[in-house]
Amino acid sequence: MPEIFQYEFMNRAILASVLVGATAPAFGVFLVLRRLSLIADTLSHVALAGVAIALLTKTFAPVVALIATTSAAVSIEELRMRRLLPGDAALAVFLYGSLAVAVVLISIADGFNSTLFSYLFGSVLTVTQTDLWWMAALAIVISVFMLMFSSELAQITFDPDIARINGVRVHLLNLGLAVLTGATITVSMRVVGVLLVGALIVIPVLVSLRITQGMTRTVIASSIVGVFVAVVGMVIAYYADIAPGGTVVLTAITLLVAVELGAFLSRSLGRHSRDPDLANHSHSHESHAHGTVDDSHGGQHSH
Amino acid sequence: MVNKLPANGSTELLSQDNGSDTESQVVDRQQDQNLPADQIPIRFDETWFSYNSVPVVRDINFSITPGEFAAILGPNGSGKTTLMKLALGLLKPTSGQVLLFGEPAETFTDWHKVGYVPQRTQATESRFPASVREIVNFGSYSGFSPLSIFKRDKSNRVDEAMEMAGIAQLASRRVSDLSVGQQQRMLIARSLVRKPELLVMDEPVAGVDAAGEEQFHTMVRRLNRDLGITIVMVSHDIGAVMREATTCACINRDIVFHGPVHQLDAQALSGLYGFPVDVLMHDYEHTHR
Repeated sequence: MPEIFQYEFMNRAILASVLVGATAPAFGVFLVLRRLSLIADTLSHVALAGVAIALLTKTFAPVVALIATTSAAVSIEELRMRRLLPGDAALAVFLYGSLAVAVVLISIADGFNSTLFSYLFGSVLTVTQTDLWWMAALAIVISVFMLMFSSELAQITFDPDIARINGVRVHLLNLGLAVLTGATITVSMRVVGVLLVGALIVIPVLVSLRITQGMTRTVIASSIVGVFVAVVGMVIAYYADIAPGGTVVLTAITLLVAVELGAFLSRSLGRHSRDPDLANHSHSHESHAHGTVDDSHGGQHSH
Repeated sequence: MVNKLPANGSTELLSQDNGSDTESQVVDRQQDQNLPADQIPIRFDETWFSYNSVPVVRDINFSITPGEFAAILGPNGSGKTTLMKLALGLLKPTSGQVLLFGEPAETFTDWHKVGYVPQRTQATESRFPASVREIVNFGSYSGFSPLSIFKRDKSNRVDEAMEMAGIAQLASRRVSDLSVGQQQRMLIARSLVRKPELLVMDEPVAGVDAAGEEQFHTMVRRLNRDLGITIVMVSHDIGAVMREATTCACINRDIVFHGPVHQLDAQALSGLYGFPVDVLMHDYEHTHR
């Protein structure tokens, strides 16, 4: 058995990577496609404020962070839906507000310590058995939510107005999505840290959008890519003795660059190998279509 | 053949600043009274809508009757899209009401009767991964159903709708790879799966090239004439409105004109745009019909 699997803490860390890597990007698909990637960053800063409160009051950090992210997610969604603040402005208020709260509380608690550092950047050593139970429970909740509402989530992501006219309860599902995003961030922060958890939600999705087609396939591919980068990043972190947040995100970015480069090369090669007659054909077809319409113009001109 | 419309003959239809009903509204209501409320696709009843206390649409009173091809015409910022969103319950009137098949639009639930084609969807500008078939299949949604992911789509209806919209050959294409015209046809197909009685479209051919526009209008014309679907099309293309629609509501915050398109003349258009408009007419009968 490789040395890495001989330590119980490492087995826990790898298992945590699998759970987080599978759940975070699955939600990310719906956030990225709706251009709401910033909500992950905002809620991670809210989670940091929750951690700071927990450290100051000596309470269980994941629970306090979960309450903070859930409340913030609901508030942001309400502000957005009721048009009390533009969507991005509501996110900015919560992002900077919670960061300010965290800074103040950390100052009161007399600065950084190793526990806070592990929440900021993730840690191989600090994933506990309790954390694992939290992650497993969340993975189950998210899987059930996504299986039950797969069609509705896809429709809202495609266009919320069309979804509403199709009979989908858009507001309720948006709330559910926001709350579960907050919960995902809370449990993921043990592995990659609050400052980098947003990357684990977004980057695997960008990779899968490049390599696959179809909503369900994209969600599954994002989860597979998420598990891959989280586990590889964790293993690198163990051998290099560095915080896993950085290695997980750098692994994801390396994969993204490789996939984008592959797609670019494939397009370039495809262009060269295409039949040169094709371009002439499509040009003549376009001319024909244009001619048809020229013949048909009618109606009324106004000046 | 080119005709010049007389610039008179419908003065009485132009303005409702004095608060009284126009002749066309009176006719509308008389026609409405002959139909049960639940058969009138859309009815605006003294509808007002304001953003931050500034009225965007004022005192709208007209109905769209079954089988009509109604165009909503107006300059930019005139309240066309707001009117359409009110009709679909996406906005709530500040006062008055909008009835969709006899029910207030904001509490309407019988959505299988209604199809909607927006000007753009937010998904088309991203790398949205769904195939055309997946999007068209959204039309078969009939309410929350646990584990719907494991259900097979309603293949026949989806195939038929794609065939009717002329996009059967694009079924497996990625949505984000389609041209604007193809995307609009896909959205129509999505609506057709529901076998709607009313199809509402918001400037559906904006950004579509001339050939695509012609194909699009031919298809919509068929849906109206052959399938009897009531069409409401928001547009600022006067030529397309004159060729395709049977009735027209001109809006510039108020309804400036509502009636059959053949009554839409230079005076009505001048009232709509706020400056003198000359009108040159080709034959109504389109050369491609």
